[in-house]
Amino acid sequence: MAEEYKGIMAYSEDKDTLLELLSKGRELADQLQVGVSAVLLGEKVEADIGQLASYGADKVYVVENPQLKDLLVEAYADALYAVLSQAKPETFLIGATKRGKELAPRVAEKLGVGCVAECVGLEVDVRKRELRMKRIVFGGKVSSTHIVTSKPVMATIPPRMFERKRVEGRTAETIKVEVKVSPPKAEIVEAKPKEMVGIRIEEAPIVICGGRGLKQKEDFRLLEELAEILGGQVGYTRPVAADRGWFPEWVGLSGKKIQPSLYIAVGISGAIQHVAGIRGSKIVVSINKDPEAPIFEDSDYGVVGDLYKVVPALTEALRKIKK
Amino acid sequence: MEIIVCAKYALDVAEIKIDPSGKPLLDGVPRRISDIDKNAMEAAINLKEKHGGTIKAICFGPASAKEGLKELLAMGADEAYLVEDPSAGMLDTAATVEALAVAIRKTGSFNLILCGEATTDGYTGQVGPRLAGKLGIPQITYARNLNVEGNSVIAERDLEDVYETVKAPMPVLVSVTREINIPRIPSLMAILKASKKPLTLWRLEDLGLSKEKLEQVSTLQTVDLQGFAVERKRVVIKDKPVEEAVQELISHLLKEKALGV
Repeated sequence: MAEEYKGIMAYSEDKDTLLELLSKGRELADQLQVGVSAVLLGEKVEADIGQLASYGADKVYVVENPQLKDLLVEAYADALYAVLSQAKPETFLIGATKRGKELAPRVAEKLGVGCVAECVGLEVDVRKRELRMKRIVFGGKVSSTHIVTSKPVMATIPPRMFERKRVEGRTAETIKVEVKVSPPKAEIVEAKPKEMVGIRIEEAPIVICGGRGLKQKEDFRLLEELAEILGGQVGYTRPVAADRGWFPEWVGLSGKKIQPSLYIAVGISGAIQHVAGIRGSKIVVSINKDPEAPIFEDSDYGVVGDLYKVVPALTEALRKIKK
Repeated sequence: MEIIVCAKYALDVAEIKIDPSGKPLLDGVPRRISDIDKNAMEAAINLKEKHGGTIKAICFGPASAKEGLKELLAMGADEAYLVEDPSAGMLDTAATVEALAVAIRKTGSFNLILCGEATTDGYTGQVGPRLAGKLGIPQITYARNLNVEGNSVIAERDLEDVYETVKAPMPVLVSVTREINIPRIPSLMAILKASKKPLTLWRLEDLGLSKEKLEQVSTLQTVDLQGFAVERKRVVIKDKPVEEAVQELISHLLKEKALGV
């Protein structure tokens, strides 16, 4: 029975994430000596098939359907279900954007299979033909490793978790799939894009992150100045970003997971949910006035002091060095 | 309006310790209703205050989850249902959804199912979407606000790069974010009153389910758990004038070649 499921398939509505999944999929597929496929869904699909091939895809399944006009999860789940039923991959990877995170379980439920959420590690045991998937649980304290015994094995993978690897000279076959998609009951009535600034925080080599210790939004200017001197980017904790509504995105278990070479936590107490998002950082520095703040336990270097004095002094001292 | 709140009696992650070999010690870790499920409960209460109706809180959990459900009754649920089995929490989200779906159908009709965007211990965020799929109803996830207009729910979703307002006809499942509200802390009076509210206990067999059946559905297995070793240097600079502290920090960072100079 299991033999009829073959190959690794990847889907993400986010193009960069799809390329990352294809690259990772290619790596696993080469070990298993199977093929890699990508899925593209939309009302009209205009994609660079050559690019998908160069990141690892052998086949590209294309579904065009008027019901896929808006990114509505019911319709997308229907379409993916149809593709998976036809293509029968052994493994199906979905990008863990928030849209992907709500789509994957809905598809998994339709298929009656298990799905590992937000994998941070994927390894294949070639002898057992088993995919071992790692994720972070218990507020970031514990890493758990899973296998899934149903097929296809499904997993969601956060954006920027794996590197894109381009190989020239590859080609992919395009397969058009006709699917029946019921009209979704939900509709999007308004979309307000968030104001995004700078490069993506996952790609910044140095991140200066501010938390509740900053009393007002304007005070983040202090962090911006430090970031400018260091060539870094400013990040935020969930309380200041989402709770106070000051910024569009945040760093932590429920937000961006980052691994810069230098991470500076300013006015951040160090809740485990936040620390879970910065585990991969090479050096962690914290500045906090409370000597008991848990962030010091998770830091390489800490300064106990008033951030409103320490941060400008640090910026000024670095300005002199950089000159 | 008939509202169902799905809640998990989750492990209190703050109480989880890691033993010297790196294994998490999970026996005897206290449990509590997952934080974000309390936001879902508060959202349910707000809707009931505006539109009337009843709120049923449902949990698939161990026998001790009764304590968590009592808290939800004290907050404002009218009825609570516990599908009680020691296997809850050992199984995957497909099994949880299997149990919840049967229990929900048994409680009668509903207009709205609410839950948190994810639970504080496992944080998969899968139960909501799976449950909506299983029940064949639309879902609105990551809602940071929520209103009912006529027979529809309108909610604003907090996605990475966009706030997206979605409208869906009821019945519908909505998962909420922490930011949607601040869950109330029940008064002593509310807690006393809650002890008179109905709390129904169901075993799997009462729902036509069995441990074997759930194990069959649950195909995700955990093969290893490993605590993260914190390997930070933990050098703390304190009780020094600001300029001096900053110079000390910079000299450490230069040694680490962390400043790109």
